Amino acid sequence: MKRFFLLSMLLAIAGIAAAQRDTALFKRIVPDSGRLHMNMDAVYNRPFVQAGKLPATLGGYVEANSAYFSENGVSEGLSFQLPRLTLFVASTIRQRIKFLSEIELEEGGREINIEFASVDVELDPLLNFRGGIIMNPIGAFNQNHDGPKWEFISRPVAATTIIPATWSTVGFGVFGKYAQDNWVWAYEAYLSNGFDDKIINNNQNRTWMPASKTNAERFEESFNGAPLITLKGAVRHRRFGEVGISWMGGVYNKYREDGIDLDQKRRVDFLALDYNTRLSKWNTAITGEWVWAFIGVPPTYTQQYGRRQQGGFIDLVQPVIQQPMLGWNQATINVALRGEYADYNVGRFIETGGNIYDQVTAIVPGISFRPSGQTVLRANYRYAWHRDLLGNPAKKIAGFQFGISTYF
Amino acid sequence: MSNKYIWATGVILLLVIAMMACQKMLPRAPADDRLLDGPVAELSTEQHIQFLRGDVAFNDEVFTAETGLGPLFIATSCGSCHAGDGKGHPFTTLTRFGQPDTLGNRFLQRGGPQLQHRALPGFLPEQLPAGATFSRFMPPANTGLGFLDAVPDAELLKHADPDDADGDGISGRPNWIPLPGYGSLRPDAIQRNGRYIGRFGKKAAVYDLLQQTASAYNQDMGITSAYEPHDTYSGQAIDPEIGTSKVLDVVFYLKTLKAPLQRNAENPEVKAGRQLFLELRCSSCHVPELKTGYSPVAALSFKVFYPYTDLLLHDMGPELNDGYTEGTALPEEWRTPPLWGLGLSMNAQGGKYFLMHDGRAGSIREAILMHGGEAQQSRNRFRQLTEPEQQQLLWFLESL
Ligand code: HEC
Ligand code: HEC
Repeated sequence: MKRFFLLSMLLAIAGIAAAQRDTALFKRIVPDSGRLHMNMDAVYNRPFVQAGKLPATLGGYVEANSAYFSENGVSEGLSFQLPRLTLFVASTIRQRIKFLSEIELEEGGREINIEFASVDVELDPLLNFRGGIIMNPIGAFNQNHDGPKWEFISRPVAATTIIPATWSTVGFGVFGKYAQDNWVWAYEAYLSNGFDDKIINNNQNRTWMPASKTNAERFEESFNGAPLITLKGAVRHRRFGEVGISWMGGVYNKYREDGIDLDQKRRVDFLALDYNTRLSKWNTAITGEWVWAFIGVPPTYTQQYGRRQQGGFIDLVQPVIQQPMLGWNQATINVALRGEYADYNVGRFIETGGNIYDQVTAIVPGISFRPSGQTVLRANYRYAWHRDLLGNPAKKIAGFQFGISTYF
Repeated sequence: MSNKYIWATGVILLLVIAMMACQKMLPRAPADDRLLDGPVAELSTEQHIQFLRGDVAFNDEVFTAETGLGPLFIATSCGSCHAGDGKGHPFTTLTRFGQPDTLGNRFLQRGGPQLQHRALPGFLPEQLPAGATFSRFMPPANTGLGFLDAVPDAELLKHADPDDADGDGISGRPNWIPLPGYGSLRPDAIQRNGRYIGRFGKKAAVYDLLQQTASAYNQDMGITSAYEPHDTYSGQAIDPEIGTSKVLDVVFYLKTLKAPLQRNAENPEVKAGRQLFLELRCSSCHVPELKTGYSPVAALSFKVFYPYTDLLLHDMGPELNDGYTEGTALPEEWRTPPLWGLGLSMNAQGGKYFLMHDGRAGSIREAILMHGGEAQQSRNRFRQLTEPEQQQLLWFLESL
C-alpha cells in the first residue's frame, strides 16, 4: 500500500517534470520570501508544483553524497550515498483546510517513513487545529530539516541523536501565530504517542533516543498509553531573528500491562532552545540549537545509559559571492562553519565521582554553491572527536564530503 | 573577468588542493606499539576472518533484554569492561564474595560467588549479603592471551617453588582447580588429584579462554550458552542465548590478540631500569620471558614472548588480603599479573592508573609499595633505591 502510494506519487512528479515545458499547464509555487517565516512554517514553506486545476500540489527533495572518512588512520574508502529522497503532497481541501504529507525514503528505500501527514484546520490565525502524523516541534531542526536548506551534508549530531530528528508521531494539537509590526509570536501544543523503552535498551550501549524511531508501532498505538506532550513558543523579530523554546516530555516505559503494574512510570523530557537570524550588515546566517534531555533510568540499571544528555550546534553561513553565474541569475557561493557537540551521558560515576564522558565534538568547515535558493552543491570537511564513557583518548574521525541536495 | 570570479576560482582551487592534500588532513593512525588491540602477525586469511568475527562479537555486540541480557548483569558487552582490550575502571569492576576459606562458598544460595549488582528495569539486583567476605576485581588487559594459554604446564611448574626450597622468600604455586565440564585439555596437561593448573583470572581460577569466555557471558551479562546454560537469576538451565560458534569466535579472537610491544627499549634509562628490575628480584615473579609449546595456530606455536608473569599464585601479605578465597587460592594469594602493556593502561582507564587486583593503586609507584608477603623484600629494596634509580625502574615499567 505504502509502496503503491509512493509509486503513484513518483509517477505524478515525473509526469510533471517531463511536461514542465508546457508552462501554461504547470505552475511552480516558490515560497514567498518576503514574509516573516518561522521554523513552524517550514512544512508549507517549500517549493511545490501544481498541475493545472488539480487540487494537489507536489514537491520533494533529494540528497546525494559521497564521503571519504578515516577513523584513527583507518579508512573504509570512498562511499556514495543517497541518504534520502523525500516527497511532499499538499492540498487545500476547502478554504482554510489543508492537508500535507511528507514521505521519506531513506538509504535507497530501505526505510520508508511517513514523516508528516496531517490535516490543518484554521479556525483563526491564532487557533489552528492539526491532527495526523505530526513532527513534534522540539527544537528547530526537527521542523525545518529539508536537505536543500543546509550547507552541511551531515545533519547536526545533537539534533538527530539527542532530539531524534526527524521525530514524528501520531497525535493532534493546536498552533497559532500573531503578528504585529516587526514581531511575530507563535505557539504550538500537541499530544501524541511517545517513546518506548528502546531508549535505554538498545545496541548502541547508551541512552539513544533514535532507537525509539525504529518502533513503527507508534503510528498505530501508544507503547504505554501515556501521551507525549510537546509545547513550543517562538518569537521572531524582523531584525533580530527568531528564538524558540520548546519542551517535550512523557513516560517512555511500559509500566503496566493487562492491568498488572510492572514498574514505576519513568519519564523522558527534552528542553530545547533554538535561534536563527541573518545579520543585516553582513548577510551572515546564524543558526543554533541546544537541547537538554532528562531520562528517568532505574537506579539499578547500568550507568552506561545516561540519565542526562545535552548538546547542540551553531552554524555560520556567509555568502561571499551573490551574482549571476554560469547563466543562473541568483547564484550564490557561501562559506560555512559548524561547531557541534553532544554529551550522551552527563553525570559522574558512582564508583569514582569522575566525569562520565561519552561525547562527540565536531567542527565542519564547508563551502557551497547555490545556483538558486532551491539547490545546493556543497563540500564539507568534517573533523570529529569521539570520547568513550571513561574519557579515554578520543577516537578521531575526519573526512571529506561532497554532495548535492535539491528540491524538485 | 571580474574580481569576484577570480576570488571564486581561488576558493575552488584551494578546495581542490585541500582535497588532494586529503591524507594530510585525516587523522593519523596511532603507532602500532601504542595500541593493545590488533591480531598477532602471521595469521592466515581464514584466521583473520575468524578474528574479525570475534572482534565484532567482543567489542560491538551489545546485549539488550531482547537478546538475553540479564535479568541480572554487570555490563552489556565484553567491550564495555575491556575497552580497547585494555584494563578496566572502577565502573567495570566485578565483586566476588562469600568464600572465606577453601571449604567452599557459603553464599551460593544467595547469588555467590559473583555479585550481579545491576538489573533490568522491574528486577531487583543482588546485594552483598551481610557478613560475606568479598573482593573486587579490576578487568585486566586482554592482550597476548593466546601466548599465555599456550605455555605448557611443565614450563609453569618450573617456576613454582611451593615450599620455597631455594630459601629466597619467594615461593609461587599453581592454583589446582577442577575442570569445567566442557572444553578440552592442553597437550601434556599435568594433573594432581583430579585437578589441573588454572592460569587466567586474578586468582588463576580459570583453566582456559573458553571457560573464561563462557562464564563471562553467563556471570557478567546473564547470557546463557551451551557451555554455561544456567540463568543467574532463576538458577534454571534455559535455552542458549548465544551460539556456540560465536563463543568460539570470541575465544579465537582473545587467543590471537597480539602481545603488547615494548616502547623505547633502547633508551639507556629504560635499560638501567630493566637491570634494577632484575636486581630487585621483581623478575622472580614477573618472569620476563616464557615459551609457548605447540599450538594449532602457527603464529603462537613455539614462540618466545615477554609477559613478565609466572602465572603462579603468591602470598602478597596482609594488606592485599581481602578475606576472599577462590578455588585453592587463599585470600592473601594473587596470581602475578603480566606487566606487558602496563604503560598503556591509562589509555583504557580514562587517563588514570587503577592498578593491583581492585584498582586501589593510583600509580605504578603506589602499586610497588603495596607489595607485601613474598614480595616484601623486593618492595623494601625498591624503597632503598635513590630517587633517580626509582625513576629509571618506573620508566622501564612504563615502556612495557
Ligand atoms: C563487568 C565487566 C566485565 C565484562 C562484561 C567482561 N569482563 Fe572479562 N574480565 C573482567 C574482570 C573484572 C576480569 C578479572 C576476573 C578475574 O580475575 O577472575 C576479567 C577477566 C577476563 C579475562 C582473563 C584475562 C586474564 O588475563 O586473566 C578474559 C579472557 C576476559 N575477561 C574476557 C572477557 C570476555 C570474552 C567477555 C565477554 C564475553 C568479558 N570478558 C566480559 C570484567 C569483565
Ligand atoms: C612475590 C612475587 C612478586 C614480586 C617479587 C613482585 N611482584 Fe609485582 N605483583 C605481584 C602480584 C601477585 C601482583 C598483583 C597483586 C594484586 O593484584 O593485588 C603484582 C602487581 C604488580 C604491579 C601492578 C600490576 C597491575 O597490572 O595492576 C606492578 C606494577 C608490579 N607488580 C611491579 C613489581 C615490581 C616493580 C616489583 C619489584 C620491585 C615487583 N612487582 C615484585 C607479585 C610480585
